[in-house]
Amino acid sequence: MVMYEKTAEHFGQKFKDLPEGHLLVNLGPSHPATHGILQNVIQIDGERVVDTESVIGYVHRCFEKLGERYDYNQFLVCTDRMNYVSTPLNNIGWILTVEKMMQIQVPDRVTYVRMIISELSRIMDHIICNGIMGVDLGAFSGLLHLFHHRENIYQILEKLTGARLTTTFCRVGGMERDIYPEFQSEIKLILKGLKPALDEFEELLIRNKIFNERTKGIGGISAERAIAYGFSGPNLRAAGVAWDVRKDDPYMFYDKVDFDIPVGEDGSALDRTLVRMEEMRQSMRIIEQLIDGIPEGPYHADVPHTFLPPKDRVYHNMEELIYHFKIIMPGVKVPAGEYYHATEAANGELGFYVVSEGEKSPWRVHVRRPCFWYYQAFPEMVKGGLLADTIATMSSLNVIAGELDC
Amino acid sequence: MKEKLTEFIQSQWKDSLLPQRDINTNLLYFSIQKESLPTVVQTLKDHPEFAFTFLNDLTSIDWLGKREPRFEVVYLLRSPKNNHFRFQLRVPVGEGESVPSIAGIFPAANWPEREVFDLMGIPFSNHPRMERLIMPDNFVGHPLRKDYPLEGPGQDYLIEDLLTIHVEEDITG
Repeated sequence: MVMYEKTAEHFGQKFKDLPEGHLLVNLGPSHPATHGILQNVIQIDGERVVDTESVIGYVHRCFEKLGERYDYNQFLVCTDRMNYVSTPLNNIGWILTVEKMMQIQVPDRVTYVRMIISELSRIMDHIICNGIMGVDLGAFSGLLHLFHHRENIYQILEKLTGARLTTTFCRVGGMERDIYPEFQSEIKLILKGLKPALDEFEELLIRNKIFNERTKGIGGISAERAIAYGFSGPNLRAAGVAWDVRKDDPYMFYDKVDFDIPVGEDGSALDRTLVRMEEMRQSMRIIEQLIDGIPEGPYHADVPHTFLPPKDRVYHNMEELIYHFKIIMPGVKVPAGEYYHATEAANGELGFYVVSEGEKSPWRVHVRRPCFWYYQAFPEMVKGGLLADTIATMSSLNVIAGELDC
Repeated sequence: MKEKLTEFIQSQWKDSLLPQRDINTNLLYFSIQKESLPTVVQTLKDHPEFAFTFLNDLTSIDWLGKREPRFEVVYLLRSPKNNHFRFQLRVPVGEGESVPSIAGIFPAANWPEREVFDLMGIPFSNHPRMERLIMPDNFVGHPLRKDYPLEGPGQDYLIEDLLTIHVEEDITG
């Protein structure tokens, strides 16, 4: 058996002749502060970072290749495993792309629920990013304080989809099942508890002197460089650029709800944390506008050739059984063509580029994942800083290995 | 925006434009010769009116058995100034040919170009560091190519075969 490995030459050439007194530090691939399998080989002079080499690919599963074998509903399972901190956002991004290609118009009820779940996922993601950042800098209580509320959101997802982490939310043409009766009241209860918790978290962690001094002005990037590196999402907004796919290229009903885009000033670790804090509040604002107005009606579009019939009817009726096999065996038929659809995921612009030849599986799937683009700038962001600051920079960037390698 | 850009590109680079295929897509796109790619990208980036200052996406398609030439590198540019308008530049590439890198124009193109080289096997010339990015250095082949088996090289068996081998094996020794 051949052992495939990242060889020493991969980064050895760059660090061949180290000056006297310089050291190479290997941060990762398995390190408590990297959250995922990321490797950084850092050349240090005393405590100062001279140069960094990021080695990626440890979690690469080549979903783009799998996408050429799977059918359109099956690929949904792959999207679960991209950004595993906020899975429904990836699911919805993929489903919207396929629906746009097939020109399916889903009922308003579906779009409302999708938007609410999207924003809940964004809150989930930002809780992890900001909470874990505190943990990396030595403050454990902030994460635990918010994690209770994240758990509540997980329970909603569990009731809605049957899974907590790999939700596989939505199907082409609607949702797998309808929402349950207490859906609205439970979400309202979560928001009621989350609001004061966020304020407490801010007082506990972000106004803390130690946290402030360790993040203020650390790992900054200018707006110009951030755009040049293809940044998007909260990390770009922290640098002072108010771009948001939800506003710039609205999908679902984002053009009909009120929300603000928080921006930072210097793109430092503190700014990224603050932008994420404010985004959580804006997400709650969006949910509040939607939660009472979920319209009655079916939970899927009227597309029997695309949407799987409910299981209880499949087992007892001939018609539904036939439809079930007609969908499962040849797959969902997407007309030949190409489509690029961008959504605002928790980390930035998540785009799905699909090339279809009218067959069961796409001819080519490409995922534009935000992490992959902004992680390139990491060596530039930590250059000249202290070694300990690389931890703060990396945590605040929220690099998710599953999304980075895809 | 669409009409203006089409007119501009058609008048500026008449000789480099290749005939368009009819694609059912939501994006405006142009097929251009690979030699003129850096000029086109640089001009559109610096142009005061169009200002395509953001490289949105960079990927490639393998058309094995469908079209000639075999590969196509796809660039997605975005103009934040013009209401975040997106359009595609498509560069057809044959087997073994290289494409001029645009990493000097957009630093963002560095990793995506390495990814395309790594997974699809299309090299980029003038790239600061044309090496594998995601796959290990001693890996053979390019996984995203259509002729690369999903199960791995030299292992083009099916799951059923694997099960049979396993059952027939004498485990008692």
